[in-house]
Amino acid sequence: MSRLTLTGISKRYADFAAVDNIDLELQSGEFVSLLGPSGCGKTTTLRMIAGFVDPTSGTIEVDGELLSSPKGSIPPDRRQMSMIFQSYAVWPNMTVEQNVAFGLELRKLGKSEIKRRVGEMLEIVHMSHLADRYPSELSGGQQQRVSLARAIVIRPSILLLDEPLSNLDAALREEMRFEIRRLHDEFHITTVYVTHDQAEAMVTSDRIAVMNHGRIEQIDDPRTLYDRPKTRFVAGFIGRTNFIEGDNDGHRISFDGFALPCAAFDGILSSQRKTVFSVRPHSMWLSETQPTTPGICPPVEVLVLERAFLGEHWDYVVKPRAGATTLRVATSPVNDIAVGASAWLQLEPHQMALIG
Amino acid sequence: MLVWLILIGLLVFLVLNPILRLIVSSLQQADTGRFTLENYRAAYGNIRHLQALLNSLELGVGVALLASCFAVPLAWAISRTDMPGKPFIRLMVFAAFVTPPYLGAIGWILLAGPNSGWLNKAWLALTGADHGIFNIYSMAGLILVVAVTSFPYTFVFTSSALDLVSSEMEDAANILGSRTLRTTLRVTLPLVTPAIIGGIIISFLEAIALFGAPALIALPARFNVVSTQLWQFFEYPVRIEEAAAYSIPLLAITVLMFWLQRRILGRRGYASVSGKGGERRMIALGPWRWVMFGYALLVCALSVFLPMIVLLQAAFAKAWGRGFSLDNLTLHNFYYLLVEQTQAKQTILNTFVYAGVTAVAAVSLSLAIAYVVSRKLVPWSNVLGFLCIAPFVIPGIVLAIGFYAAYASPPLALYGTATILILGFTTRFLPIAYTSSAAGLRSINPEMEEAVRILGGSRFLAIRRVLIPLLKKSLAGAWILVFIPATRELSSAIFLVGPNTRVISVMLFDLSEEGNFEVLAALGVILLIATIVIAAIGSKLIGRDFMLRRNT
Repeated sequence: MSRLTLTGISKRYADFAAVDNIDLELQSGEFVSLLGPSGCGKTTTLRMIAGFVDPTSGTIEVDGELLSSPKGSIPPDRRQMSMIFQSYAVWPNMTVEQNVAFGLELRKLGKSEIKRRVGEMLEIVHMSHLADRYPSELSGGQQQRVSLARAIVIRPSILLLDEPLSNLDAALREEMRFEIRRLHDEFHITTVYVTHDQAEAMVTSDRIAVMNHGRIEQIDDPRTLYDRPKTRFVAGFIGRTNFIEGDNDGHRISFDGFALPCAAFDGILSSQRKTVFSVRPHSMWLSETQPTTPGICPPVEVLVLERAFLGEHWDYVVKPRAGATTLRVATSPVNDIAVGASAWLQLEPHQMALIG
Repeated sequence: MLVWLILIGLLVFLVLNPILRLIVSSLQQADTGRFTLENYRAAYGNIRHLQALLNSLELGVGVALLASCFAVPLAWAISRTDMPGKPFIRLMVFAAFVTPPYLGAIGWILLAGPNSGWLNKAWLALTGADHGIFNIYSMAGLILVVAVTSFPYTFVFTSSALDLVSSEMEDAANILGSRTLRTTLRVTLPLVTPAIIGGIIISFLEAIALFGAPALIALPARFNVVSTQLWQFFEYPVRIEEAAAYSIPLLAITVLMFWLQRRILGRRGYASVSGKGGERRMIALGPWRWVMFGYALLVCALSVFLPMIVLLQAAFAKAWGRGFSLDNLTLHNFYYLLVEQTQAKQTILNTFVYAGVTAVAAVSLSLAIAYVVSRKLVPWSNVLGFLCIAPFVIPGIVLAIGFYAAYASPPLALYGTATILILGFTTRFLPIAYTSSAAGLRSINPEMEEAVRILGGSRFLAIRRVLIPLLKKSLAGAWILVFIPATRELSSAIFLVGPNTRVISVMLFDLSEEGNFEVLAALGVILLIATIVIAAIGSKLIGRDFMLRRNT
């Protein structure tokens, strides 16, 4: 268990910055995800931590020991880390047991000690009964478990995962998310997890760093990230959202077709006139009749433009009677309002995230 | 059904009958045709014949091992590391691949002949010793000569397997604490071991089936291998039944080894588990990359530079022993071959005409069969496909004896005609043509044709207007892949040529018996230039490396 510190890390290829000045600190035993679209620099960052790629500037330290800097890097084989690869990279010429034992053999452990630890590890990942199989005789999920066992059995200082679930089918992916978190709760290894799937990141991580164009846009725990996105990119990347722009005159904020009193926002507003909010479809309430008990803000009369029934909820597209902006609203499946009908939309200022 | 009958008839004629006749005549009395085991007794009752069999095995094992010493490090360096000069080394491996083994053998005779060879002369000049240290006329010499021309097989097998290994396999070992050398030995090479073994088996089989190089080197060295021994059965009086009996072990070993190779390559599905994310990066070797480059240059020197330099020198020399001086330069050898000597002109013409006709015949037949097989037009179509690739496991020399036994004598009496050569070549190279046409056909979605049919076109129209135009490139590639080996085929030609149907390879062989190395070298250069031109057209048309691809 170790503390990992990235300071001002950049990786430039010719005139393109794959990773652009990243600062990141993981506490001992912390699980952090790097989340972002493809090409955002998350895998390059991970490979720099592993030592497969050298940074163009900045440093990487573990427990205060310098591992990477532009002047030179400790090679991957001397970093005491483990990594789980997108392709699993389970060696097809070795059995499950031999795969898991490989790292222990390199550490010159005794035969009986290796056997004991491999046995324990296979027990933990539920693979004991397949110890003598070759990887080609295993399913994708089983290969993934072997790869996890092989990485964890050496008790690495840092565990790195590079989109480990992207080759699995949807049901298995869901199962393995919890499996990865369970293993982390058992071993408390400092972990960096790269993914483009927000659900994976939210299930597994203590904190999530959302990356875009080589930079970290925001790093926070999953709940904060979802409720209080700080940038337009983060709000749009994590979950679905509506962006609404308003004009702040100090008393009220005027949006397209409706207005809300500043007082309702208890001090989160800045002094600038133009404001942009992110509002989740689930954070608004739509009702067919005018609410009798008004909330902090007056309800807005809207027109239903489109709707779709998705089983778990209704998806509505509405627009204020007095404006042109369309909004997406999700409601409970019993809330059945016809297209073309009028309805009342209620906004909750503390569910609205100010992003600029 | 008619189509099926015609195709199966052709295949029986080309493939099945010669082999059956080979086996039958090995069990027949020469004049009466009665069943006997006498031929086997005569073939194996002789200690010299048994010795030749052992020599062949020694040659095969020696070549297989030496060739993998050349091929595996080269394949690894090119496929996995940052060794400099990779395109050049690749080109040289290709050059070694297209050099006929008997030309390599001639080059090495000029280099390491007991006293007059260039290397020996250099040694004498350097040390003042009174006799040279190299003698190509030995088993060791023969192994070297065959290994330097057949290592590309192992190279192709190994490098195409290495190309499939994703870097993540190595990264996974690296991050667990394993250094480059250890990772290579514990992970990378074990991953491609089946391919290396496959390559070893192929070069073993290639070595024991070879006729030219052993005849040039083993005979003067006064030892025999199976192929040269078989040839001696054909000296007057021709003992075809004994030859047939004697060739059976060669056939059996080949079939067995191919079966073994299939099993090894099929096991565990090594490459197939690599999954996605197969990104590949080159290993940085640091200063060691120059060491690797040096080794690669050494292999290229042994297989290409040295033999080619001395062959070129001889081709343009009045007398090759007089060395690299200006007054020794002449074009007369080429003039002699291309203008003066009518028989030589005829031979060169024969070679390219036969090879061309062979390639057309093999490609048309295999395309027809591949089409019938892939569209499942007739019941048991797989039998057709199987017969098409069956000649692959028949050594050329054995096939030639089968053809001789089946068609040389009446009723067909084809001996000495161009027909028997072309038929023999067509059978010999049918598997090459079939694998490329079948691969080309597989890449075309049957819906392409179905779209023609639904619009009212006949199957024939669909083939002519859609299939053939789409397959043009594959077919041209298949034609070249047959044409090139057909221009240099010696081991089956030597048994089937007559006085008027000589081809370049046979003429080269005769010239070497006369010791006329200057004209021989010139003829070899002509053959190589033709090959290079055709191969260059091929790469332009179908893409670089088309000959070094593995499609067996």
